[in-house]
Amino acid sequence: MRGGEDKAVNKDGRSKIRALVVDDSMVNRTIHHKLLENLGIENQVVGNGKEAVDAHSSGNYFDLILMDMDMPVMNGIEATRRLRAMGVRSLIAGVTTRSLEQEKQEFMEAGLDDYQEKPLTAAKLVSIIHKINQSSSTPR
Amino acid sequence: MDRNHLLRQVAYMKNSLFDQGYLDREQFTQLEELQDDANPNFVEEIVTLYYNDSARLIQNMEQTLVNRPIDFVRLEEILHQFKGSSSSIGAKKVNDACTQLREYCSAENTEGCSRTLQLVKQEHAVLRTRLETYFQMVREAG
Repeated sequence: MRGGEDKAVNKDGRSKIRALVVDDSMVNRTIHHKLLENLGIENQVVGNGKEAVDAHSSGNYFDLILMDMDMPVMNGIEATRRLRAMGVRSLIAGVTTRSLEQEKQEFMEAGLDDYQEKPLTAAKLVSIIHKINQSSSTPR
Repeated sequence: MDRNHLLRQVAYMKNSLFDQGYLDREQFTQLEELQDDANPNFVEEIVTLYYNDSARLIQNMEQTLVNRPIDFVRLEEILHQFKGSSSSIGAKKVNDACTQLREYCSAENTEGCSRTLQLVKQEHAVLRTRLETYFQMVREAG
């Protein structure tokens, strides 16, 4: 999966979108970083929900946040709630191995726009990116 | 040994890993597709990262089973993280063993947890050996 037709434009019409990978697993952070990079998406990685919140507190904006659920310090549910409470309107996609409906429901209700089960694949990422394009014309 | 022969051996070894259930074909293939000129050894690097990280997690799981009382919640948390990384590299048999361990953990079955943790360690070690041999062959094939 290499760039081209799968690259998205962000809400401001920029050709590169920016993403934030939030995952406590270094293996997953590295894979997700490379998946995004290969799709032409600039991205940063952080290791827990608090770092994700702090990344926004310093004024950064991301079109897409890939949020793991189970993390130390601050988990993905709490981080998603905090980011929404801060007014962050980025597309937040939960990425987790949790498969129980109740767990997915709680994560979605925290403010997710999408939910994907791990392991994340290029195809799943593309489906998330398409939502960025769709949401760019839909007010939140 | 000529390069074509080595490449055939590499392909044979990889297919064996898939056919014998050690690796998930789709997931491992996706990792390979992430390799490019800038990161020609990406898969080997990820696997190395996985083994460095997972060794620590196994040690932590073993420690939870030594402590009294056993903290099954903590064990499940560590196992969840370990399983997540294992599935990301397509470690199929390791993952299957983790699923068994998770069931014993949920049931708070100490003996079952100890036994299946040993199975997890075994599958983890076998895969490591197979992958080390595979990557050595990949390097030789250039």
